Amino acid sequence: MTDTAERQGVPSRLDRVVIRFAGDSGDGMQVTGTRFTETSALFGNDLATLPDFPAEIRAPAGTLAGVSAFQVHISDHDILTPGDAPNVLVAMNPAALKANLGDVAPGGTLLINIDSFDDRNLAKAGFTGNPLHDGTLADFRVFEVPMTSITLEATKPTGAKPRDAERSKNFFALGLISWMYSRPTEDTLAWIDKRFGAKPVVAESNTLAFKAGWNFGETAELFDSRYEVQPTKFAPGTYTNITGNTALAWGLIAAGQLAKLPLFLASYPITPASDVLHEISRHKNFGVRTLQTEDEIAAVGAALGAAFGGHLGVTTTSGPGLDLKSETIGLAISLELPLLIVDVQRGGPSTGLPTKTEQADLLLAMYGRHGEAPLPIVAARTPAHCFEAAIEAVRLALKYRTPVILLSDGYLANGAEPWKLPDVATLPDISVPFAGGPNHTLPDGTPAFWPFIRDEQTLARPWAVPGTPGTEHRIGGLEKADGTGNVSYDPVNHERMTRLRAEKISRIANDIPLVDLDHEEGAEVLVLGWGSTYGTIAAAVRSLRARGRPVAQAHLVHLNPFPRDLGEVVRAYKRVLIPEMNLGQLSKLIRAEYLVDAKSYCKVQGLPLRSFELEIAIETMIDAS
Amino acid sequence: MTDIANPTTTKKDWTSDQEVRWCPGCGDYSVLTAVQMLMPELGVKREETVFVSGIGCSSRFPYYMNTYGLHSIHGRAPAIASGLATARPDLKVWVITGDGDGLSIGGNHLIHALRRNVNLTILLFNNQIYGLTKGQYSPTSEVGKVTKSTPFGSLDYPFNPLSLALGAEASFVARTHDMDRKHMMEVFKRAHDHKGAAFVEIYQNCNVFNDGAFEEILAREARPSNLIPLVHGQPIRFGPQNEKGVALDGRGVPQIVDVATVGEDRVLVHDESLHDTSLAFMLARLARGPTEPTPIGVFRAVERVEYGAGVQEQIFDAQETQGPGDLGALLRSGGSWTVE
Repeated sequence: MTDTAERQGVPSRLDRVVIRFAGDSGDGMQVTGTRFTETSALFGNDLATLPDFPAEIRAPAGTLAGVSAFQVHISDHDILTPGDAPNVLVAMNPAALKANLGDVAPGGTLLINIDSFDDRNLAKAGFTGNPLHDGTLADFRVFEVPMTSITLEATKPTGAKPRDAERSKNFFALGLISWMYSRPTEDTLAWIDKRFGAKPVVAESNTLAFKAGWNFGETAELFDSRYEVQPTKFAPGTYTNITGNTALAWGLIAAGQLAKLPLFLASYPITPASDVLHEISRHKNFGVRTLQTEDEIAAVGAALGAAFGGHLGVTTTSGPGLDLKSETIGLAISLELPLLIVDVQRGGPSTGLPTKTEQADLLLAMYGRHGEAPLPIVAARTPAHCFEAAIEAVRLALKYRTPVILLSDGYLANGAEPWKLPDVATLPDISVPFAGGPNHTLPDGTPAFWPFIRDEQTLARPWAVPGTPGTEHRIGGLEKADGTGNVSYDPVNHERMTRLRAEKISRIANDIPLVDLDHEEGAEVLVLGWGSTYGTIAAAVRSLRARGRPVAQAHLVHLNPFPRDLGEVVRAYKRVLIPEMNLGQLSKLIRAEYLVDAKSYCKVQGLPLRSFELEIAIETMIDAS
Repeated sequence: MTDIANPTTTKKDWTSDQEVRWCPGCGDYSVLTAVQMLMPELGVKREETVFVSGIGCSSRFPYYMNTYGLHSIHGRAPAIASGLATARPDLKVWVITGDGDGLSIGGNHLIHALRRNVNLTILLFNNQIYGLTKGQYSPTSEVGKVTKSTPFGSLDYPFNPLSLALGAEASFVARTHDMDRKHMMEVFKRAHDHKGAAFVEIYQNCNVFNDGAFEEILAREARPSNLIPLVHGQPIRFGPQNEKGVALDGRGVPQIVDVATVGEDRVLVHDESLHDTSLAFMLARLARGPTEPTPIGVFRAVERVEYGAGVQEQIFDAQETQGPGDLGALLRSGGSWTVE
C-alpha cells in the first residue's frame, strides 16, 4: 500500500487503454461510455468506440441477455479500432462480468460493483459459485467497489428515493474511471447540468455520484496507481468527436447545400438507422423536410416523389427495410431519377440482430431487384467517413439520375472517432441543372421535350421538374422508347434501353478515383476490404509491417462500379485476401468479375473483426505464398 | 393563375398526343373527358399540374394528360404523390387509382395520405373488379362474386371506400359516377379546390369483366329513384317527384322515408362541414351496395391543416428562431477542439 502523497503524484503514463463499461441495459452504460468518450475527445486523445447493446429496451434485469456494453479505446497516437481486448472492464453486475470476462486481456483490470454480487444476481447470471471467491478471477487485477451503496450514501442530501438514487451509480463508475485515467471533470459536470437541468434532483444525484466516484479513487486506499493517456499529436485543424450516423446525417445536409437542392428525407424508424432521421429532423432551418412515413415502401416512394419534384430525395433504412424498398428502387432505375437509399446494415436474415453489425447486404444492394437493374453502390469505411461517403453518393445520384445505395453498418453508425472537420468552403459543388425547356424539334418544326434524350458523355437523361413550362412529360415504370420516353413494347428498343441503363452505370467508373492502394515493397499478399472493416484491416496490416512482414492493403469505397483499375490491382498480387463480416460477398464479386482466386476471411458474430485474429490469417497467407 | 372566368386553354391543350388504349366502351373514357374538360375551368397551368397513378387500367390515365405525369407501381401512388406534394406545395397533384390499387395493395398508403391531409386530389375508379389482370375479384367486389380466382364465389366482405376514407380522417369525401359528366366535373372541381387530401370515389363500369355492376342505380331510368344527390344545407331528398327523403328513425338509424308521410321537418338536412363524421358515415353506408338508393355528391368537406403547408411552416419557424442553416456551425455543434 502506498501513501496518499505518492498516489497523488505523477500518474503512470500509458500510450493507450481499452475500457469496457458493462451493466444491465437499464444501467446507463451507453451514457457512461459516451461521456467518457466525449471527455477524452475534448482532452485530445485519438479514440474509437464500440457500443454493444441488446435489441430489447429493458431485457430481464440481471440476465446475460440484458447486458449492455460500451467499449472505448483511447490513445496518445493514431489508432484504427476500438481494440480487440479491453484492458479494463467495469462490471456493474454478475451478468456483465460473465458476458464480458472472456474478452478481457490477460492481467486486465476488473472494476466490480460488489453490491450486486448477491446470490440472486449470481444465479441469474448463471454462476454456480461466486467468481469473486472461487479463483475465476485469479488472472486479473480485481477491484471490488460497493458502487451502489456509496452512491446511495452520497446522494442522500438530494432527498431522492433510494430506488431513484441508485440509478446514479453509473455516474459513480464514470467518476471513478475518470479519476483512474486522469480525465478532466468540468465537461461531464457541465453536461449533467445541461442534460438533466429540467430534473434538478436527478442532476444533483448524478453530480454527487460522479464526484463520489472520483473521490473514492482518490481516498480509498484501494488503487495503487493512477494513469494518464496523453493527447494524441493530431495534424493541425479543428476536430470533433463523431458517430457514423451523425456524420451521415450531416453529410446529407451538406450534400443538399452543395447540390443547391432542398433535402427531402422520408424514412420509417428502424434500428440502427433511426438516428439519421432524428438528427436531420432537428435541422429544419437548413430547409430540410423530413417525413416519418407509414412504412418502408412509403418512405422510398415519398423520396422518389420528391425527387420527381426536383428535391434531393433520400430514404434511410436497414436490411429489412431495403428488402421492402426493392420495387420502388427498380422504378427509380426505370424512371432514371436521382435518389439515395441509405442502408445501415445489421445482422440478418429477417429481423436477425437489430443492434449488431454485419455487412451482408452487399449482394442485396447489387442484385436485389427484378430485371436488369444496376445501380451505383458506395460504402463508408469509418464513422467520420460517412460524411464524405454521403456527399459522394449524392453526387453520383444527381449527375447520373440514378438511385444510389449507400452502405453503412451498425458499427459505423454507433461507433465514434475524432474527425478533422473539413473546410466547408472547399467541399465540392455537386449541383446539376434542371431541363429548361424543349430539347428536340419534331419533323414539322414544333419544339418538343423528350425526357429520354441522353447526355452523350454520362448517358444521363434530363431532369425536368414540374413547374417548368415546356418540359411537361409523362413517365412510368413501363419500358420507354429511347428518346421520346413514350411507352414501348418494341423488343429491340427494350434491349437498347436495358443496355443503355447498364452502360450508364458502368461509365461511372470513369468518374471515380482509382483504387486507393497502400502497397509495400515486397508485398505478395493484398488484403482487399470494403466498409467498416477498414480500421481492423489497417491495424492488422500496420502490425504486420512493423514486424517486417510486407503486405498490401486496398479498401473499396465504390462497390459498383468498381474503380477501373481494380482488375489490374488484384491480378498484380500472388494472393488476395478479402476479410468481410459476411460469408464472402465481395469475394464472390471479385472472383466473378476478374477471375482471380481471391480468398475470404469471414466472420459473422455481429461484432467487428478483431485485428489480431485477422493478422494471424494474413500472416498465414503470407507464409504460404 | 389564369383568369378562371376566361379560360385561356381548351380541352385540347390538356390532351396528350398518346393514343388512349382502354377497351372500347370503358367507363374510364368519360372520366378522362370530364377531367380534360374541367382543367381549363380550374385556372391552373399545365406545368403546375401533375397526375400520379399506380398500376391498373385507370392508372394509365396520366399518359393521356398533357401535364407532368408519373405512372408508378402498384398501390404506391399516394406515397409517391405525398412526397411530391409535400416537397412542392406549389403544385396541384392528382392521384389516379382504382379499387385494387388503392384499397388492396396500396390501402396503407391511401389511409395515411388521408389522415395526414396531404394536398392531393385522389380519384378512385371503383369498378369492383381487377381489370388489367383480367377479372379477379377486388376488395370492393360483393360477397359471393364468382371470378376466375373465386370459382365458388368470393368469401371476402367488401370495403366501403367512403367509410374507409372517413375512418381515415379524410377532410374531403365525395362520390360520383361515370354516367354523369356534369356531376363528375362539379365534384372534381370541389375536390381540386379543397386544401388537403380530397377523396373521390367514382363508380366506373368495366364493360369487359364486370359489366353492369352499377346498372341497378345508374341506368338512366333508374337514377331518379336510386341516386340521392347530397347538397350542402339542403334536405336530403330524391325520387322521380322528389317524394322521398332520408330521416333518422327512433334508434338514430337513417332510413329512406316517404316525405309526405313523415313530414318535411323530419328529413335530414345535409351538412358537409360537420367536424363530427357521424352523419357522413351514416350516409356513406346508407346503401349496402350499388343496388339500392345511394347518396352521391360531397359527403364531407372540412378544413384541416394541409400537410405540406405544415411542413413549410416548421421550416420557416426554425429559420426564424435559429437563423438559416450554417454548415460550418453545424459541424462544430457537437463540441470541437482545435489543434495548432
